Amino acid sequence: MTTATAERLPIRTDSDVVKVRQLVRTLAQEARLSLVDQTKLVTAASELARNTLVYGGGGDAEVVLMTEGVRKGVRAVFSDEGPGIPDLDLALTDGWTSGGGLGLGLSGSRRLVQHFAIDTAAGAGTRVEIATWTR
Amino acid sequence: MTDGVPILRIGSTLLVSIQIDLQDDTALRLQEDLAERITSSGARGVIIDISGLEIVDSFIGRMLASVAGISHVLDATTVVVGMRPAVAITMVELGLSLGDVRTALDVERALALLTPVEQSPEDVLLAAAEREER
Amino acid sequence: MADVATAPPESLAQLLTEHADTVRSEWIESAARELFGRTSRGELDREQAEIFDALVEGLRAGGASLADAAFDQLRGILADVSAARARLGFTPRETAIGIFALKEGLYPLAASGADITTLLRLVDQLGLLTFETYAAARESIIAEQAEQLLELSTPVVKLWKGIVAVPLVGTLDSARAQVVMEKLLNTLVDTGSEHAIIDITGVPAVDTQVAQHLLKTVVAARLMGAECTISGIRPQIAQTIVALGIEFGDIRTRATLADALVDALRASSADRKGGLPA
Repeated sequence: MTTATAERLPIRTDSDVVKVRQLVRTLAQEARLSLVDQTKLVTAASELARNTLVYGGGGDAEVVLMTEGVRKGVRAVFSDEGPGIPDLDLALTDGWTSGGGLGLGLSGSRRLVQHFAIDTAAGAGTRVEIATWTR
Repeated sequence: MTDGVPILRIGSTLLVSIQIDLQDDTALRLQEDLAERITSSGARGVIIDISGLEIVDSFIGRMLASVAGISHVLDATTVVVGMRPAVAITMVELGLSLGDVRTALDVERALALLTPVEQSPEDVLLAAAEREER
Repeated sequence: MADVATAPPESLAQLLTEHADTVRSEWIESAARELFGRTSRGELDREQAEIFDALVEGLRAGGASLADAAFDQLRGILADVSAARARLGFTPRETAIGIFALKEGLYPLAASGADITTLLRLVDQLGLLTFETYAAARESIIAEQAEQLLELSTPVVKLWKGIVAVPLVGTLDSARAQVVMEKLLNTLVDTGSEHAIIDITGVPAVDTQVAQHLLKTVVAARLMGAECTISGIRPQIAQTIVALGIEFGDIRTRATLADALVDALRASSADRKGGLPA
């Protein structure tokens, strides 16, 4: 049985990205993720939050602390109603950049977390979900 | 430069110590401020202390590489110091490279790196202090 | 006998409250028999009181099945109890029996005409939950011990001022490589060392995976301001590396630990003289 406590933050400004980072870090610490896993998760969250702001035209993040028995985990979902990513395969290739800040965002972030799922289409916005659990 | 990151000067070296969770516009401001200070002070070295950073993402990574590139063009050398192990591991996993930026364990070693062979870091600091007094 | 419909939770709460004493005393007697010597009666009494109260509360709030929100607290208490038992080394039976023994306290209620079907089902669900939590806790203990073992078998040695070495012995899989990397990097910071030697004499085989791990470690160390040398490259390993086309790039490699140490000492004294290398 999984129980969860969730918090939703808007992503409209640079300082919002910092707030998202801080929330993810706080929950990752609460979940007792290892320092390396914490760092990786917060870094991925920073990349994705920035994508939401810069590429998605703003959106929000929902961060959840999950408990399943003795295991704990943190999940973050980044959503926007922006232009969406037309060629997802290309975007997930290492080193792809559209300029203006995407850079290594997606493919790199995927390597940093245990669970990564992305939902997007041209003109349909983007939704990225990441999660990491204690080992 | 009110909400920015302070830039200190030690002799012909500029020292920046990033202690806060840096947001993107502040990072860009720092980059601009540094470029300006290197030019106005004729600095030969720039030390960026990131021991206070809990993460380095692609934006900060690019900022650090940019500062190194800019200072190189202005005939100065940049050294990034104090990267935390967890950050280094994450950056390698992310595939993020700082390019040719030099790195050192701490500020003391960075100063040693930037100091001409004949002078010890202590000499440089003393000389700088004397100049300030005059 | 009168036609009995499934009793609503609130009336079950009422039933339990009215017969609290007899239910609990049957329960504790039955459990104490099984757990004799494993836990004190006082402990058992306290635990059962907590569980009983949470059960009654949940029923009063309308809970019909264990997954209902009304039983959040009950589930939490049970999870804590069985995780604690797991850590203390109780057997699975010892952990679950304390819960199933509650049935002994409930059967007498049926004799007086009450419909305790819902209650019995709840106890079954509680028993299952107890077992699940216990199993999960055992697994995490095993995982922790494996990690500690991994840590212990990965020594990072300070060879000289500013020079550390990691003599690797055995296969280098992904998990081990992670531990080695973290330990090495942390030691570099803690000892203020700028040189690391990774000796792979004791590593039987080097394939692309292993090479990748070594590469990542070296790059990470460089980002922190330290240099790594890989030593202990046996002739067979050297051949494999070439055959597989593994590029070590500009990473220094040496046949023996001694050679690597000499390299590091030279580099270290050059560092101390100061200035940027030509």
